[in-house]
Amino acid sequence: MAKITLERVRHSYLENPESADDWALKQLDLVWSDGGAYALLGPSGCGKTTLLNVISGLLRPTEGRVLFDDRDVTGVASDRRDIAQVFQFPVVYDTMSVYDNLAFPLRNRRVPEKQVKQRVQEIARMLELQEVLGNRASGLTADGKQKISLGRGLVRSDVNVIMFDEPLTVIDPHLKWQLRSKLKELHQEVGATMIYVTHDQTEALTFADHVVVMHSGEVVQIGTPVELFEKPKHTFVGHFIGSPGMNLLPCKLIDGFPTFFGYRLETPEVVRPPAGGGRMEIGIRPEFIRFADDGLPVEIVKVDDVGRHRIVAVEHNSHAIKLVMPEEAPIPGERGYLAFERDKTNVYADGWIIT
Amino acid sequence: MIGKTTNQRAWFLVLPVVVLVAFNALIPLMTVVNYSVQETFGNNVFFFEGVKWFEQILHSERFHASLLRQLSFTGIILLIEIPLGVAIALAMPKRGPWVSVCLVLMALPLLIPWNVVGAMWNIFALPDIGLLGRMINGMGFDYNFTQQPLAAWFTTILMDVWHWTSLVVLLAYAGLSSIPDAYYQAARIDGASSWSVFRYIQLPKMKRVLTIAVLLRFMDSFMIYTEPFVLTGGGPGNATTFLSIDLVKIALGQFDLGPAAAMSLIYFLIILVLSWIFYTLMMRNEEQ
Repeated sequence: MAKITLERVRHSYLENPESADDWALKQLDLVWSDGGAYALLGPSGCGKTTLLNVISGLLRPTEGRVLFDDRDVTGVASDRRDIAQVFQFPVVYDTMSVYDNLAFPLRNRRVPEKQVKQRVQEIARMLELQEVLGNRASGLTADGKQKISLGRGLVRSDVNVIMFDEPLTVIDPHLKWQLRSKLKELHQEVGATMIYVTHDQTEALTFADHVVVMHSGEVVQIGTPVELFEKPKHTFVGHFIGSPGMNLLPCKLIDGFPTFFGYRLETPEVVRPPAGGGRMEIGIRPEFIRFADDGLPVEIVKVDDVGRHRIVAVEHNSHAIKLVMPEEAPIPGERGYLAFERDKTNVYADGWIIT
Repeated sequence: MIGKTTNQRAWFLVLPVVVLVAFNALIPLMTVVNYSVQETFGNNVFFFEGVKWFEQILHSERFHASLLRQLSFTGIILLIEIPLGVAIALAMPKRGPWVSVCLVLMALPLLIPWNVVGAMWNIFALPDIGLLGRMINGMGFDYNFTQQPLAAWFTTILMDVWHWTSLVVLLAYAGLSSIPDAYYQAARIDGASSWSVFRYIQLPKMKRVLTIAVLLRFMDSFMIYTEPFVLTGGGPGNATTFLSIDLVKIALGQFDLGPAAAMSLIYFLIILVLSWIFYTLMMRNEEQ
């Protein structure tokens, strides 16, 4: 068990990185508290796996330090970091039985066989693998194999952190949900820090207490699912999380209030323009806009019924805005007026929040 | 009611294949079967002899000796080439510009015509003018593969190892490159030693290609003819007279068509049965 600190970590896969794009990880300062359930969320190629491999020691960062509690482990090999990692594609030792697979990390560390047996039984019970302990691992289905990968991590009692690199990619949809709730359960039972890498926001938001959102080698926001939803620090977060993503409306600041094509929006407080100026945008989630008798005049373009709610696409001055409406709420015919929830209206300058 | 029309004309479509297979496999094979049960005289006079030739071959000491030489030769080269091939494949670089260099170097011996390999090694190993022969003699060993059976065996085996280990290397290397990095990473995290990585990851993942390598090397070496024929001609004495060389001596040297045909069929059955045994043994665990 340990707190994990990344200090000014940068990594590049190139010999001599020059431009900012050469860095797979740009300057990271992060603290993962002990016992937390974290999700690392971001689009493919944003550096999630690189970050994971830096923590697990499979990669040595070009610059910066990795600390477990106060111990500097930057140069320490993976097998001495007491970490566990579950990969995207299940890794099992094909020729071994399920039991031997689970026992492998312990036997490599010369744990007495009696203790191995007890530990393996315990983990098999947690993962519901008792029935197949004697079977050859190669005969299992993808989700069974992924459980073994996970089990090889859990079996060690001294494990500092368990990392998951998109572990549900090859799992059937109906089993995904099962395995995900199993993970959540395990986190509560074992209490180890868990870091879950994914590009699927549902997976991230259901698994984690804290979500770390990454974008092109940088961490853009760390927060609870609610924070990410209501107050995205960066327009990327607003856009990436939520379905549909946050509406972004170009605006000007007039008397401290954002103005969209001459229509003034209310914000919780007066907005001070940033020193350098920059491109101003209003960000508001489709969930926080509704139709009203008065407000921003729009034309209704399209209504999509997606089951539990409806998504309404409207336009003002050919600028698209989306609304999420409850199933039973009335929608005006061709034209209507929009009202924006004042507390949920954010203003961004050059992509970063300023309210 | 739907009437079902019978149209046999489709058979014409398979006719070319039937003809082709008949001419290149069935008819020659049946000719051999035909010879194996008859006594042949001049003027195309044949007498039916039943299984006489088979009995004769199976009880012949000459056949036993060739078979024993053949089994020893194949056994020795398999024991050398398979582990050596795997070892070289493991030592080859995984990525970078050297990969193609290594692959080309490895493929070279495979591209040389078999009789050229024999001729090359013949000259290379000659004790008076060959580089290898001179070197071995220079080191103080009395070496002359044209006169000493042991030296002839040594040279033949060395030649085969040089010629064919590459095949095992290429197959094993292909097997190794198909292992995803995640396996090695997981093994590192699990604290596996490099022996464990080999035993539990690399070897199992190479199993299929190694099965193919063993089968190919077994069949090829069991039928070896050209290289020893050019290198030693089966000598000195009968020291390197393997099955196929012996067979050619009987069939074309002595023109004993009946015994030669019977021996061919026995030879063929031995290869078939041994290949099946190898395959079954190596794939034994695959089904579970």
